[in-house]
Amino acid sequence: MSKKITIEPVTRVEGHGKVTVHLDDNNNVIQTRLHIVEFRGFERFIQGRPYWEAPVLVQRLCGICPVSHHLAAAKAMDVIVGAGTGDGLTPVAEKMRRLMHYGQIFQSHVLHFFHLVSPDLLFGINADPTIRNIIGVAMEHKELAVQGVMMRKFGQEIIKVTAGKKIHGTGAIPGGINKNLSIEERDKFLKGEDPLNVDKMIGWSLSVIDFFRNYHAKNSELIDNMAAFPSNHLSLVRKDGAMDLYHGVVRAVDANGKKILHDVDPQDYLDYIGEEVKSWTYMKFPFLIEYGTEKGWYRVGPLARLNTADFIPSPLAQKEFEIYKAYTKGKPNNMSMHTHWARLIEVLHAAEMMKELLNDSDLQDDNLETKGNKVYEGVGVLEAPRGTLFHHYRINDQDLIEMANLIVSTTNNNIPMNKAVEMVAKEQMNGHAVITEPMMNAVEVAIRAYDPCLSCATHALGKMPLEISLYNNNNQLIDRKRK
Amino acid sequence: MADIINFTIDGKECVAEKGTLILQAVQENDIYIPTLCNYKGVKPQGSCRICTVRANDRLTTACTTPVGDGMEIENDTSEINDFRKSVIELLFVEGNHFCPACEMSGECELQALAYRFQMMVPRFTYQFPKREIDARHPKILKDQNRCIRCKRCIRTIKDEKGRSVFAFFGRGKNIEVNVDPVLGSKLTDKLAAKAVEVCPVGSILPREKGFRTPIGQRKFDHEPIGSEYKH
Repeated sequence: MSKKITIEPVTRVEGHGKVTVHLDDNNNVIQTRLHIVEFRGFERFIQGRPYWEAPVLVQRLCGICPVSHHLAAAKAMDVIVGAGTGDGLTPVAEKMRRLMHYGQIFQSHVLHFFHLVSPDLLFGINADPTIRNIIGVAMEHKELAVQGVMMRKFGQEIIKVTAGKKIHGTGAIPGGINKNLSIEERDKFLKGEDPLNVDKMIGWSLSVIDFFRNYHAKNSELIDNMAAFPSNHLSLVRKDGAMDLYHGVVRAVDANGKKILHDVDPQDYLDYIGEEVKSWTYMKFPFLIEYGTEKGWYRVGPLARLNTADFIPSPLAQKEFEIYKAYTKGKPNNMSMHTHWARLIEVLHAAEMMKELLNDSDLQDDNLETKGNKVYEGVGVLEAPRGTLFHHYRINDQDLIEMANLIVSTTNNNIPMNKAVEMVAKEQMNGHAVITEPMMNAVEVAIRAYDPCLSCATHALGKMPLEISLYNNNNQLIDRKRK
Repeated sequence: MADIINFTIDGKECVAEKGTLILQAVQENDIYIPTLCNYKGVKPQGSCRICTVRANDRLTTACTTPVGDGMEIENDTSEINDFRKSVIELLFVEGNHFCPACEMSGECELQALAYRFQMMVPRFTYQFPKREIDARHPKILKDQNRCIRCKRCIRTIKDEKGRSVFAFFGRGKNIEVNVDPVLGSKLTDKLAAKAVEVCPVGSILPREKGFRTPIGQRKFDHEPIGSEYKH
């Protein structure tokens, strides 16, 4: 008798999803799926609203990375108000946005690593779930927990001075920004009381990379093998090949490092990227049109970014990048769990970039806005913490939005996450009639490596919840375990 | 010399010139009464009811009722304030007021009143009416979702012959404030800016100017509405 196992809700991720695993008569996995079961419809209800509302409205997709949506929409609106496709903003406008963005990359990555992932690393995947959580971390590893909280606070404070609020601010407007950075605001970060200053953040970022490297040295089998599979990788890179999380050209490489998307203009994304719809999930399946749905799927996010970029334009992160690349002998890294390592290198890069920007006197300039000849369509693309984020809008001649298309980072990772679920489910569950909590958590650990934001991905909101149900081959529920 | 009369407000002895409206008399005594449809310099109409007080044991609008000699007025009481809160709640459920994405958030009098009167969840059922944005005018947008029909624009924005540029259209719950297509076509930049200014909510919007004021510098970011009054 075949069975269907449902893991619902998936925990310690952003958003609400479930996993189903189908077993045959011998309890071998025959099919797995990550279902995203929320729906919100932002692309629809933004229609009919004035275009300048989009950066503020659409960011409500998410409470973790609203800055990404805020800035992606603002970038699309820059195009619409004639401020160019990335090079038309005034220096203060571009740099304030970048500071906001690095603040968010920093806080979001830190949130993910310390609050969501560290319990698995510190206590082990098989540990008691009542301890294997952020409260357990706070109780058993106080210093690390405080570090995580303070690092996140630093990023949030950067967002507050650039966007006006820590969550859902209004800093970016079409063609620019609505405020610069005062000397007083700047000095709070450059000379702030320990630990809330940027030098401390750089130091802590280095120490958390050390922490991960030490963990990796002792647990290389888990980190190197869990959900490791070859794939294409896609991200923005700067025109010279450097990592750039705010603006650039779109590049994709295959599992061996061969370029398969050659630094194309994000405005033309529809020429290169398609989206497939499947009936069992609200999340679409993007792919590179040239390679089709079977071979054209790709990964985004920290792992992909460190595979597409030629170098990182900040010295300490570049040094870590070289160590990271040496581990795979310069070849693309296809190990899902190495995403954590890549993410922490980005944390360091974000801290270094924040320091560089805070020391830039352009941030005190008053020339906040640019305008040119209006056009009726614009695309804004950036690298959100979880990967490449596409916003595309078309307006009518009355300034009202008539079309919106969003391809959110987690959506890009849909197939990779499904692959990861399949691999881990087979490894953990094949031949087992009884599903244990550690088995379910192993599946979640693989999903968690991608730091999915399921709310954003379906443009939906909710808890993050995992449940496993057993079904017979008539689809009748025979057992269910909920976390 | 004008006749001076005595009255009390919440038990406090006050004086005013005879014939003064309660709202003005109370404000001159540095006491706050909430207003919404009322606009300085424009004849009051008492339509929103937010300024309701109990005068000599009778509920009345402070903006249209003259203060009387020896009048006892209840203003800041739990009964009156709950009545005012219910008016605010009714306005919220009747329209589509989504503050998070509204460019007038922080500047909106309705939102500020909701904060001042601590509105959490309205006691009335949301109506979610289907309304549109009228974006035909080259200088302003009229978002019907947020209009509270206070008539401040109708009573204030007039052409050189004294004709209202804004007018009611339709009836009952479907009534809308629209821009007169003929008079609206001659709306000057100054009058367009004035129309945005007199609108207490985010219903009359300037074209392509939203979100220019940073959070922290908006009208009600630091002090609740009515903070200019001592009491």
